[in-house]
Amino acid sequence: MKTRLATVWLGGCSGCHMSFLDLDEFLIDLIQQVDVVYSPVVDAKEYPEDVDVCLIEGAVCNEDHLEMVHRIRLRTDKVVAFGDCAVTGNVAAIRNQLGLGNHENVLQRAYVEAAQLNPRVPSEPGIVPPLLERVMPVHEVIHVDYHLPGCPPSAARIRTFLTQLLAGEEPRLTGEDIKFG
Amino acid sequence: MAAKTLTIDGRQVSAEEGATILQAAEEAGAKIPTLCHLDGIYDVGACRLCLVEVAGVPKLLPACTTKVAEGMDVRTDSERIRSYRRINFELLLAERNHICAVCVANGHCELQTLAYSLGVDHVRYDYRFPRWEVDTTHSLFGMDHNRCVLCSRCVRVCWHIEGAGTKNVAGRGAQSRIITDLNMPWKHADSCTSCGKCVQACPTGALFHKGSTVGEMERDRSKLEFIVTAREKGQWIAPD
Repeated sequence: MKTRLATVWLGGCSGCHMSFLDLDEFLIDLIQQVDVVYSPVVDAKEYPEDVDVCLIEGAVCNEDHLEMVHRIRLRTDKVVAFGDCAVTGNVAAIRNQLGLGNHENVLQRAYVEAAQLNPRVPSEPGIVPPLLERVMPVHEVIHVDYHLPGCPPSAARIRTFLTQLLAGEEPRLTGEDIKFG
Repeated sequence: MAAKTLTIDGRQVSAEEGATILQAAEEAGAKIPTLCHLDGIYDVGACRLCLVEVAGVPKLLPACTTKVAEGMDVRTDSERIRSYRRINFELLLAERNHICAVCVANGHCELQTLAYSLGVDHVRYDYRFPRWEVDTTHSLFGMDHNRCVLCSRCVRVCWHIEGAGTKNVAGRGAQSRIITDLNMPWKHADSCTSCGKCVQACPTGALFHKGSTVGEMERDRSKLEFIVTAREKGQWIAPD
């Protein structure tokens, strides 16, 4: 039976997903072994039940992300923090340095002070998710089984990790394969 | 000078009296991770990454500041040592804002290299996200306190190789920070000779050449070698 694989894009730049697509022809080998059941690159609206492996790109920045990671944890066997934003908060967490209240300040700065047309903080309840007070790496919110650092993790690194995991081994990346940045 | 005989990782080695465990271990070929140590300047035991076990001593001791003694039995690697080194290292990462992806030293950083050699793929402690300033007032160099690990290598080369005494550590605990002269912007620090030794000595991207961008802050190792040998060759004294 094929492994049910999901990939999720939270507070990140999508660079980790770009790196995933950089797997090139390995993607063809990969698709023999996995069903991609949820991902920005497939058309599934709901995060399904019984997912075997989920790669989470990005930090937990807003209420949608928070709800999503809890749902992922409930429905997924192996959760992987995929890339530096998921592992450390990275660039997405720089706003934490501004202290409490930063979620209001950054919106003010981006949408009002820096706006040339229609300065207004976007507020559409139910559509635009409110920012959390502080950005968190994924493992601060839920239990994470594996960490795959890198900004982004190179395709070779992703391939090494997935190959070990799909072979039923405990993934063990060492040396430069776990380099941050 | 009298030689001392001791055991390092089960091997009998001899070292000069007054040598540190770190020096003896290096000669014996045992690799101990270090961060605040820099060949050529005296050691202070600031980073606690070189912790080793000495038989009969319940606590771990820093190899860089512990002198060898006759009959000493040292272990440089064990489950317990690795665990404490990793705790210390993760606390260093959690203490300030180390964002490799946007750092001038990305790819040329001792902290980054140590992280993966110690197997650190994530930090188990909450990041503190403190707010620190960046001092870019000096015409040639910048100091980003976000990336500082307080190893004090810059302070030691400034005082003991250059002899300028511009850099200092001020404050206590989490408020500890590197200052120039009497805690003034770098450009107003009159004692600074702009020699750049601190920039060469810095293990991270905290001290950098102005104008370098992400990943560009490569250090010139030949200048580091100068730092190592300058004292013995008397090269830091300007010829008359």
